[in-house]
Amino acid sequence: MQDTLQIAGKSYSSRLLVGTGKYKDFAETRAAIDASGAEIVTVAIRRVNIGQDASQPSLLDFLPPKEFTYLPNTAGCYSADDAVRTLRLARELLDDHTLVKLEVLGDPNTLYPNVRETLKAAETLVAEGFDVMVYTSDDPIIARELEQIGCCAIMPLASLIGSGMGILNPWNLRLIIEQSKVPVIVDAGVGTASDATIAMELGCDGVLMNTAIAAARDPIRMARAMKLAVESGRDAFLAGRMPKKLYSADPSSPLSGMIGTK
Amino acid sequence: MITVTINGAPRQFNAPLTISELIVALDLTGKRVAIERNGDIVPRSQHAATPVADGDQFEIVVAVGGG
Repeated sequence: MQDTLQIAGKSYSSRLLVGTGKYKDFAETRAAIDASGAEIVTVAIRRVNIGQDASQPSLLDFLPPKEFTYLPNTAGCYSADDAVRTLRLARELLDDHTLVKLEVLGDPNTLYPNVRETLKAAETLVAEGFDVMVYTSDDPIIARELEQIGCCAIMPLASLIGSGMGILNPWNLRLIIEQSKVPVIVDAGVGTASDATIAMELGCDGVLMNTAIAAARDPIRMARAMKLAVESGRDAFLAGRMPKKLYSADPSSPLSGMIGTK
Repeated sequence: MITVTINGAPRQFNAPLTISELIVALDLTGKRVAIERNGDIVPRSQHAATPVADGDQFEIVVAVGGG
């Protein structure tokens, strides 16, 4: 049976979602995304640079929307109003595209989500027909409220955005995973491949990352590492790990047939 | 002449002017952009029919790399 990630009625074979920021150039962005195997890529919505040469290449030239599922985000928004306006613009920009990543920040130093504004924006966006994947804290009560509003994926942080600190509270992630009927995707904080594997072993449906790949010394190799890490963690989760045995060993080789025995 | 605000900065244009003409004047022809006028989205299909008025506030955006 094929194991796919289902989001808003669409199936994806990759459980790794990647950002497109912080790369050296668009060619590196494209190469890293190809190496990651990701099908869903996040993009930011920003004011056009007026006066810039219109023939300059754009991100969309390197990542054609036909080949990838775009996930426009609201990075940098600190109010529900700004987030909703940004995603309305994204929907117009991407020809009635409805799948979006909502994030409403509360503080410029920690980039920690403002959950009150996030809930408010989620209500508006769901009512307007958006498919909302929502970045949030790892608070299971807020996660449940966001699911009840109708968000199509819950995306708790593992640690602060861009920090690379890994999964700091696996217990809260487990609580969210156990109660959620929509996909749970760890968003933010993954630093290296083992972090992604741990997230998947916990039972997350996917992992979203940007800096862990883009800020690696060799982003393309790290993208490949993350692809394998997410696949490994998913397989380990589905396979079901052996029980841990504390304070006693269990030999892997037969106890009988040893030479020299009487 | 009319004065409108585009992405936070004031600019002057000869009136009358439609949004399609504004896009040409800003050298954004052929570029994939989305336009918000006074807080409301102006769909691409309505650019040619939507006049620009003195004092209008525009946000014109593109997709860029981000996480």
